[in-house]
Amino acid sequence: MSGASNSPPKPPSADDAAFKRELVALIPHLRAFARTLTGDPTAADDLAQDAMMKAWDARASYQMGTNMKAWTFMILRNQFYSEKRRSWRQSQLDQEAAERTLVAVDDPESPVALDELRLALATLPEEQREALILVGAGGFAYEEAAEICQCAVGTVKSRVSRARKALQATLERGGYARDGRAAGDAMRSILADADRLSSVRG
Amino acid sequence: MTDNTKPSRKAAPQGGSALEEARLRQQAIGVKLRHMFDEVVNEPVPDEFLDILRRADERSGGSGA
Repeated sequence: MSGASNSPPKPPSADDAAFKRELVALIPHLRAFARTLTGDPTAADDLAQDAMMKAWDARASYQMGTNMKAWTFMILRNQFYSEKRRSWRQSQLDQEAAERTLVAVDDPESPVALDELRLALATLPEEQREALILVGAGGFAYEEAAEICQCAVGTVKSRVSRARKALQATLERGGYARDGRAAGDAMRSILADADRLSSVRG
Repeated sequence: MTDNTKPSRKAAPQGGSALEEARLRQQAIGVKLRHMFDEVVNEPVPDEFLDILRRADERSGGSGA
């Protein structure tokens, strides 16, 4: 059977195979970053798939041996913001939905999966949230995060610091405490959870 | 309890413990944040991802058989 493609097929290259291996290894991380940006699992996987394909198509411009994780994260982030600009209306509604969720969780019927930290994160300005996620969860150095966000290192540092302060304040204010729990319980549950998580890790 | 704080902190117990408390809270937020991220990282990757990549690879001429 002959292929339908017009362009002459390139011979399979060893570089392509190595690139593909590295890219596949990064998929879980791309999914996680996309999840924090979109806040929605389905939209996140769509975004991560788009970013993966963009990276694959641009593989010729990637220098093997440089930081592929940062490179793919930058592609994903750019993809996210360009889609967002196209559908600004949609994202504005999403923001409103997030804020409504924050005030609505005192409903005892609301799913337990509504996690305090996730909600508090949703209240942060986008650029603070992504900086904090990259440095605080993704394990990137400030320099790498700056590369991904295409801004100065000092800007990343100040965004991360402001994000940390705002997050703590939001959690301590506990403005969205549910089940009639007192304000401040969000922070207490985070402290307890963190304790449990770090003892599991050993 | 492990104590690896600097001894100089003990000179001002009031301010020192408030500072320590804030540090603990930030640490707890950090642990939760990493956990939230790692939860997704540790999920199995949906087959769709590899299917898409395989198809793209075949298109670009890297057909295996």
